[in-house]
Amino acid sequence: MAAETIPLAAVVRTPADYRSELKPIWCPGCGDFAVLAAIQQALAALQVDPKDLAVVSGIGCSSRLPAFLNAYGLHTVHGRALPTATGLKLARPELTVLAVGGDGDFFSIGLGHLPHAVRRDVNLTCIVMDNEIYGLTKGQTSPTSPMGHVTKSTPHGNRAAPLHPLMIAIASGATFVARGFSGQPRQLAELIRDGIAHPGFSFIHAMSPCVTFNDTYKLYKEQVYSLPADHDPRDTQAAIRYALESERLPLGLIYHAPRAGQAAAPAPQPFDTTRYLERYRA
Amino acid sequence: MNNKDDLVIRVAGESGDGSTATGEMLAQAAARSGLQVFTFRTTPAEIRGGPVMFQVRASNAPVRSQGDAVDVLFAFNQEAWDLHHADLVAPGVLLYDPENVTPPEHFSGIAYPVPIGRIAQQAGSRRGKNVVALAVAAALFGLGRSKLEDVVRARLGKKAALLEANLAALHAGMAYAQGLAKLDPLWLEASSEHERLVLTGNQAIVAGALHAGVRFFAGYPITPASDIMEGMAAILPEIGGAFLQAEDEIASAMACVGASFGGAKSMTATSGPGLALMSEAIGYASMTELPLVVVDAQRGGPSTGLPTKMEQSDLNLALYGGHGDSPRIVLAPGSVAECFHLTVWGFNLAETYQSPVIILSDYSLSFRTETVAPFDLAKYPVIDRQTPAAPLQPGRYQRYYVNGSYVSPMALPGMTSGQYTATGLEHDAFGHPDYSSARHVEMSEKRWRKLEPLRHSHDYVRRFGAERARVGLLCWGTTAGPCRGALFLAAQQGLPLALLQVQMLAPLPVDAIRAFVESVELVLVPELNYQGQFARLVQAELGIRVASFTQYTGMPFTRHAILHRVHELLGIDAPVEAPGSAVARA
Ligand SMILES: Cc1ncc(C[n+]2csc(CCOP(=O)(O)OP(=O)(O)O)c2C)c(N)n1
Ligand code: SF4
Repeated sequence: MAAETIPLAAVVRTPADYRSELKPIWCPGCGDFAVLAAIQQALAALQVDPKDLAVVSGIGCSSRLPAFLNAYGLHTVHGRALPTATGLKLARPELTVLAVGGDGDFFSIGLGHLPHAVRRDVNLTCIVMDNEIYGLTKGQTSPTSPMGHVTKSTPHGNRAAPLHPLMIAIASGATFVARGFSGQPRQLAELIRDGIAHPGFSFIHAMSPCVTFNDTYKLYKEQVYSLPADHDPRDTQAAIRYALESERLPLGLIYHAPRAGQAAAPAPQPFDTTRYLERYRA
Repeated sequence: MNNKDDLVIRVAGESGDGSTATGEMLAQAAARSGLQVFTFRTTPAEIRGGPVMFQVRASNAPVRSQGDAVDVLFAFNQEAWDLHHADLVAPGVLLYDPENVTPPEHFSGIAYPVPIGRIAQQAGSRRGKNVVALAVAAALFGLGRSKLEDVVRARLGKKAALLEANLAALHAGMAYAQGLAKLDPLWLEASSEHERLVLTGNQAIVAGALHAGVRFFAGYPITPASDIMEGMAAILPEIGGAFLQAEDEIASAMACVGASFGGAKSMTATSGPGLALMSEAIGYASMTELPLVVVDAQRGGPSTGLPTKMEQSDLNLALYGGHGDSPRIVLAPGSVAECFHLTVWGFNLAETYQSPVIILSDYSLSFRTETVAPFDLAKYPVIDRQTPAAPLQPGRYQRYYVNGSYVSPMALPGMTSGQYTATGLEHDAFGHPDYSSARHVEMSEKRWRKLEPLRHSHDYVRRFGAERARVGLLCWGTTAGPCRGALFLAAQQGLPLALLQVQMLAPLPVDAIRAFVESVELVLVPELNYQGQFARLVQAELGIRVASFTQYTGMPFTRHAILHRVHELLGIDAPVEAPGSAVARA
């Protein structure tokens, strides 16, 4: 590759090199700022070339993220980041592809896509910014809102139990499942870095509070703790125990099934129409 | 014996009893011998059981429709007789399996009992009865009888034992036919050999897409589009392309969007229920100006409708499906050859105009086989989307720069300094969200005006028949076949008739249609839906009145039905040929 001929100093990228010319439009204090910064750090750690980076999202406050990155961005429609990212990655396997968005995107309207993206194990990194609320539509309940939660659409309290995102990922056969928190950006950046480096589908649940409609910073700060050093992420039973916790929120690499790198896809080849049509000769 | 100019044989039975295979092999053999064939089939929606029929029309002249009347009925069971005898040309020739069928005593036609099951059993196994039926039909009526072994080898030659058993059945059938006294005058053989292809509409679509450079396909199974998906699943991995059976049609279409963003020519294929789910993705491709090809093999609707019947009732969905002003290109092939032609051009137009393209096929076209002349590939250039020519400056690339053609060069991931974010939000030239009125006006006009040249194109209409005529038929899709048949019948009666087949329904080629309309006094629009969707479109776009002629039986038009309507329109009391009377065909 051409990169080998460029002096190393010239290609060292810092997190700032992954900023686009657009300033984020999020409310001051929104958890998504920290997720964006963590992604930029992870990309710098891996020295991903921005021209080979594609970031796909759905619709929501969180889904505006691709436009703030120096990358090829695809801000799609509500819920459809994963199938779109899958198509892109299958067509262009050499790209680094991230799929990002909110809990509404991935766990409500787009939930049907998640298990399939997981089980195909296409090499994507899925980063869910979970604020347990619908931010962009200004404060309705989400599939991860706790029971009893009062929102604009649940004025009498939410009566549906929240989903367990980590359980869904593990149960679908995910090979890399992690949780981070906007309040702990360093750890989050490391998890995203490792997720991108993982040669299959990686699922990163980023707890990212909505300061305007559901400010959970204080609550999360009380609930979160880092997984003990002796947690073996290859231990499925232990991973499930952590994934099911709801009073406290474990952070770190919950589950990891190391997998071999995927064989490089063959490059597109020319097609000989005449030869192909031979099969239909009368 | 005189060589008949045209012969229609219908093989009917029950799903799984081999009757369809007999029909398919008969068509193959006729095509191999140099005859032109056109097949038509019905199948039950259910997995097992239910009546099926496979009709082969063969001729030395070009054939454009399935044929209105049946010369020969081969009934595998009693129900086949019950359902189909009314379509027989009087007096009619019947072949039947006496183990399962008892024709009524008053049957005035010529009947040949052929105990296909028993003959097959004596040759080895009852399972060979479809091959026995093939041998007897070909021996009695000509039809590629010298090619039967080739066809059986091509179809069943994979396993030696199976092939041997079937060849034994074939020879047993031929021997039986030798012993039959020929009672009817029907005989058709090829007058010359030609180089031809025999394929279905779906197969032609796959071939056209491959020629055009498709390298990504995502789909979800649905009748009658599934075998497009299956064809792609087989070939794409072999040519370095990618294939995805998605979890639903929303995912299929969005996966194509993603692949197209990456630069791959992408396609999905579905039927009405799937197209409904793809509306949002198609609108997204329209807004972000991404090439995307969607095939809709129409069946009867609404909802799950008639899964194994045909209709032309998805036109409105194809034209208007989706929220907001979302331009798209809609093409409609009317024959197997046009499936290839319009799929190649569908991709070329998608790439040229950076637009979603919907190809409206239908159930009958999906599955019917036709003989076609080999495609002249020199006439099928492959067009790729425009990408930025000069090296890009960091932060300066304007993905949606408005120029004279309204089509902006598109950077692809991997291109240095081409980074931009495509968004379904209204955006400026850089792709940055911008909801200002001025911007929405500018970009709406960009998206629509880039397609304007197509409205003035004459490349997507086909005119047939008289230069000047009182009545002009205006049609789209497979209705073109019976319309051309009606033209032929009318010419025999000395009635000049003109036809314009419109192959592009959006943007509607208004100049070409107006020129046609002005050359006739009355415009008749036959189409297979209740509302007269195309007639309404033409009236709205051209500000004229047309006579709408709709049929919503789940079946194609017959030539006679169309001609009859022309007569009515003209107030002619011409003798209406009932299906069944002996007439020359087109
Ligand atoms: C098909 C469709 N339905 C509804 C919406 C409206 N909508 C936009 S974003 C959103 C949910 C946002 O919540 P989430 O995905 O959690 O993202 P956040 O804004 O909280 O980051 C909804 C319902 C839409 N854009 N499209
Ligand atoms: S509404 Fe909530 S989620 Fe949206 S930007 Fe503001 S703080 Fe963030």
